[in-house]
Amino acid sequence: MEGQRPVTEFPGQVHQTPTGGIMTGAIEDVINWARSNSLWPLTFGTSCCAIEMMSTASAKYDWSRFGFEVARATPRQADVIIIAGTIVNKMAPVLRRLYDQIPDPKYVIAMGACATSGGPFFYNTYSVVKGADHVIPVDVYVAGCPPRPEALLHALITLQEKIKSGGKRERIDIDLSKK
Amino acid sequence: MYTITEEILTTPSGDMVINVGPQHPATHGVLHLLITLNGETIKKVEPHLGYIHRSIEKMCESLSYRQFIYSTSRMDYLSAHINNHGCALAVEKGLQVEIPPRAEVIRVLMDELTRVASHILAWGALAMDLGAFTPFFHAFREREMINDIMEETCGARLTMNYMVPGGVMMDIHPNFQRRVKELLKQFSEKIDEYDELVTYNTIFINRTKNVGYLSKEDAISFGVSGPSARASGVSCDIRKIYPYSIYDKLKFDEILYTEGDSYARYMVRVQEVKQSLSIIEQLIDNIPEGDFQAKTKAVLKLPKGEFYSRVETARGELGVYIVSEGGMTPYRIKFRSPGYSNLSALDHMTRGSKIGDLIASMGTLDLVIPDIDR
Repeated sequence: MEGQRPVTEFPGQVHQTPTGGIMTGAIEDVINWARSNSLWPLTFGTSCCAIEMMSTASAKYDWSRFGFEVARATPRQADVIIIAGTIVNKMAPVLRRLYDQIPDPKYVIAMGACATSGGPFFYNTYSVVKGADHVIPVDVYVAGCPPRPEALLHALITLQEKIKSGGKRERIDIDLSKK
Repeated sequence: MYTITEEILTTPSGDMVINVGPQHPATHGVLHLLITLNGETIKKVEPHLGYIHRSIEKMCESLSYRQFIYSTSRMDYLSAHINNHGCALAVEKGLQVEIPPRAEVIRVLMDELTRVASHILAWGALAMDLGAFTPFFHAFREREMINDIMEETCGARLTMNYMVPGGVMMDIHPNFQRRVKELLKQFSEKIDEYDELVTYNTIFINRTKNVGYLSKEDAISFGVSGPSARASGVSCDIRKIYPYSIYDKLKFDEILYTEGDSYARYMVRVQEVKQSLSIIEQLIDNIPEGDFQAKTKAVLKLPKGEFYSRVETARGELGVYIVSEGGMTPYRIKFRSPGYSNLSALDHMTRGSKIGDLIASMGTLDLVIPDIDR
């Protein structure tokens, strides 16, 4: 679209030569650019939001347009966790462990009200974690119960821009064993 | 703190123990199965629940009779309308209100649209579990159409919260009938694709025929309900045996298969889609004029007593049990969710079979984990 920032612009210069071209740029920028366009999400869905995540993956919304195509079932091959659904007390250690198993650099999107703050399960429940950021650090929050696929796409694009801008994310290291 | 039992790798008798889940794509959520294996043969499947236990029943005790219905959309989110319907029926039993005919028809239309959406998602997800990715996209093509219809009328795509005690929350959108007819046309053109892609697929048939057998007697004793039980020959369609709403005036068949294997469970769902579409066809041009909601008091109070309603969700029988002390909030709410009983039969179904068949058995049970854990 006109006026929008092109999301795949190469961070550097391309010098045309008769046999092709030479690209120059800061290596860190190039790495971030490449990284942001190939984010592999972990198929981590605990409840309702997982269905909207599947909608986002399906043909109508098609998140592979932005480079999120390869949803992995194992954290060891994934780059980003989309926390799609409520995290309850029993699931929290599992989520933490999944996060720890993802190789660096890793990113987290909290999808929906439950993962953001507990959402509809904030009051009067005894088992829900009031926001996934009590367990792992979160990069992007998406509102909604469940969020529309467009909202998730927007979150993913926001994450891409965050990576491209090169800002280092603060790592929150919590030692669970000491608590 | 709870940890996954990775330490138990072998039992004293030398059998291997493996964990499937809670992070596993084929468990459709966060189900944790502890499987004891002898070689590749399953000796025992032990489901561990509670990874998505959100204490909905306890939460409902502090919500009013209008509010608690909304939290049940999040239980079996693929049958959100039908869950809401069940709760609304239970509250209406206590209130003794008459539902306007227009509301009844809209409710049944929404229920059946939800059932279609749920069954085609189950169809796509089962094929994906068995290694075919294309059917998933085909399923979502039609599912998105239904989502659009829901969005126009209810304002939400997935957790609709459309049914209220006394009727439905708002009138249908002016486009509703046209959109539903477009959907029916789309289905009549494309339903053969479903069969071509999966039903007559040799690989699919080989992976599901004679896999995960459940006899009629076992289905009854485990309390299995819904399509999973009807594939074993148990006549258990609540719409037929305890008709609620206007189901007794509608013409549709209860699909019964006697094979009891995974393929039969799959076939029941495919046939039920066709039955649901025929129900929609019967009703879409016959939506009566009138109110869409009966007049109820702003603050609902149920008389002292116990109220029970049962509805047929896409997965089986949902029972809603309300104990009222006469106040504004229920004293106790209990849901009899279909997934919980269906899951209990998994161990029996898969014992002695190969571990590769577990996914086919589990996929055709069509489990929704938040429905099991609530």
